[in-house]
Formats: sequence, structure tokens, C-alpha cells
Amino acid sequence: MSDHDHHHHHDHDHDHEHPRLSELQLRVKALESLLVDKGLIDPAALDVFVDTYETKVGPRNGAQVVAKAWTDPGFKKWLMKDASAAIKSFGFEGRQGEHMVVLENTDDVHNLVVCTLCSCYPWPVLGLPPVWYKSAPYRARAVNDPRGVLADFGTELGDDVEIKVWDSTAELRYLVLPQRPTGTDGLSEEALADLVTRNSMIGVETLSYPAKSQDGQEAAE
Amino acid sequence: MNGAHDMGGMHGFGPVEDEPVVPVFHGDWEKKAFALTLACGGLGQWSIDESRYARERQPPAQYLRNTYYEQWIEGLETMLVEKGLVTPEELRSGKADGPGRLSALPADRVFKALQQGSPYTREVDAPARFQIGDRVRVLNFHPTGHTRAPRYLRGHVGTVALYHGAHVFADTSAAGDRKTAHHLYNVSFESDELWGPDGQGGSVHADLWEPYLEPA
Repeated sequence: MSDHDHHHHHDHDHDHEHPRLSELQLRVKALESLLVDKGLIDPAALDVFVDTYETKVGPRNGAQVVAKAWTDPGFKKWLMKDASAAIKSFGFEGRQGEHMVVLENTDDVHNLVVCTLCSCYPWPVLGLPPVWYKSAPYRARAVNDPRGVLADFGTELGDDVEIKVWDSTAELRYLVLPQRPTGTDGLSEEALADLVTRNSMIGVETLSYPAKSQDGQEAAE
Repeated sequence: MNGAHDMGGMHGFGPVEDEPVVPVFHGDWEKKAFALTLACGGLGQWSIDESRYARERQPPAQYLRNTYYEQWIEGLETMLVEKGLVTPEELRSGKADGPGRLSALPADRVFKALQQGSPYTREVDAPARFQIGDRVRVLNFHPTGHTRAPRYLRGHVGTVALYHGAHVFADTSAAGDRKTAHHLYNVSFESDELWGPDGQGGSVHADLWEPYLEPA
């Protein structure tokens, strides 16, 4: 595979782009049928694992936590002091979120979360990590080129903003509390939660209101 | 180990390419790779650290070439064989030589198992050696086993920023010892300390167990 293919097609699975795909499909299928034959897995359990992270657990969870922290000072205090307990009050808990820490972005400090060694990510509040979070470019550069990584997301911070990068090297899981956008005073907690993006809770994006659309243009109000 | 997985500070991988929240998986084989890994993990035969070490032990060129869920499949097959749940011959042929020695995690227990997770905090007798604000140096060490002390931090001096209590020690857990725990600290390193004139200011924080650290 050429270098070009590697960067651009590496994580997509269209047959024409990924020569190893059919081999992989067969390999995983063979492993599944072997494990079922041996009684080591319950095929119905596989669907529950997938369904949980496709439909039940995702970044909408984290967005609710953020919106509540923006609107309820008592909750925010609890969240900053004991994130695991405060987050558990929403029912968000368990695997890959046993020990939570929340990092507050301010005018002076911007936090960015990475796992340089693998893919550690706070599943109960953000779901499963996107491909880029697990990929070499992010894992390599977040620690020594954070401003370059932010620029890849169209995020520019002033030189006076201190960037703190958090490398998730143990079982602590980090959630960024992004800054509440200006002009959102009248919004309900629910409407605020709709503004909170996955990327802002990893720390690669800041938020604005009205929200930016995917191509980076201001959406109509 | 000084493997290809330890990527912090490497150059040449290109830009980070953003991706929408959905789809969560890119193709059915990723769903299967993910679910098989979690379902087999549910058999309780290995720790998360053993499973990370199984992925890291791949030859570096292979690790760098693989997509993410390929690492998981590699790691899973390694664990299944090493723990005696399947034989290499069964993996090759795809045919079971006999029933497994354990029973599957049933579907109706999956959600609860995910909700419970597995806390890593433990009680230890020894008092914590460091306090918040202490200056500490990460040891210059290069174990061939699993470690969570990234290369880019080894030998560098930082400041203890947070104390997390004692946690199961990844390095020994990866070798099958689920009991050993050590005090765990979050240490802040100035960008200049890590990258010299090529740093961008600011700091990098990492969670480091006491055996990785010495007073500075």
C-alpha cells in the first residue's frame, strides 16, 4: 500500500480503497464462528455491545453534563471536585469511565485530551472515540504540536492562552468542560446541551453561538 | 516496551482528519471486532493491561500499518491462545476441536457489566512518597514489558499536580498480577522541559505511578 493510500484510506472500508478489507472480514467472521462453536461467546451479546455504543452511550451524555455545569453552580462545584460521582448522578458510569476528572476551559487555560499510548477515552460520557482520536497523527502530535492539531480542526487560540495537554496514561478519564458561548443567557439547559460538540469535550474545538455548521460556516439563526 | 504504540512526539504522520459523530463503526467487521473483544474480555481471563500489551507486542511495522480494530483483533487472538481458550490450530482452521473451558457472558448481563466497569483504586499500606507541588523526575528506564510511562517523558522533571490514590499498577497487571497497586499522581511537565526550543509553551500532564518517579 502506498503512503498516500495509508493516510487517506486507512480507516474506511470501501472495497476499492482497502485491499485488506475482504481478508479482514473473513478473519473476523471465522473468529466469531469459532468462538460461538466453542460456547465462549453468546452471539446475542455481540449485538448488545454494538447497540449500546451506537444508540445509548455517546457524546449527548457528556453534553448534558456540560449544560448542567453551565447552569447550576452547585452541580459544577461537585463536578470539579468529584467528577465520577457528579457524572454518575445522570446514570453515566462504568467501563472506561470508572475514574473521571473534569478539566475546565477558561479565558486563560485551554485543555486538550489525548492518549498517546493507545486510545483511552471516557466512554460513559462520550461513547467510543472517533478514528482520528485513535490515529497516529493525533497521538503523536497532540503533546508536542497542540496548536497545529487545533489548527487542523480550525481552532485558533490567542498566544496568551495556556494549553494544557492531558495524556491519559492510567485509568483516569478526562472530560473537558468547554466555555459557554456568549449570547446564550436565555437558553434552556436542553438547548445548551445541543450546542455542545464531542470535539469541544475532547478539547479540539471551542464553541460559539449560533453553532458553526460542519463546514465551519455560521449557521442561520 | 519501546514499541510503535508509544507515539507521543513522533513526526511525519500528517494532519488529523476530523470525522462526524456517526457512524460509530465503519463496517460490520469493526462492530464484530469490537464486540468480540468485549465479549471475550467478559470471560474474565485477562486484564485491560494484558490486552494492551498483546496489541503492543506486534512488530512495529505491522502496528503502524494496521487500522485500529485490526490491533484489537491481533490482541484478542493473542490473548485467546495465551490463555488457552483456543489453540493456534483452531485459529488457523476456524474449526473447534472441542467445547471451550468457560461459559459465555450471556447477552442479558452485558449492559450491567458495562455499567459496573471495573474500578482500579486499591488500598495500599505504604504512605504516598510525593505531595502535590513536589518536583519529580521520571526514571530513565526501558523495560521490555508493558509500561505506561511514555518515552517522551522519561528522564524529564515535572511537578505533581494531582494525587489519584493508589491504583492497580499497569506494568505488573500486564504480566497477570491483578493485586499490586501503587500511588498514582498526575504530573505536569512544562513544554520547554520536554521539547526544548521546539516546544509551543503550555504543559503536558500525565498520570504516573510512584515506581516511575524519583525526587528531583
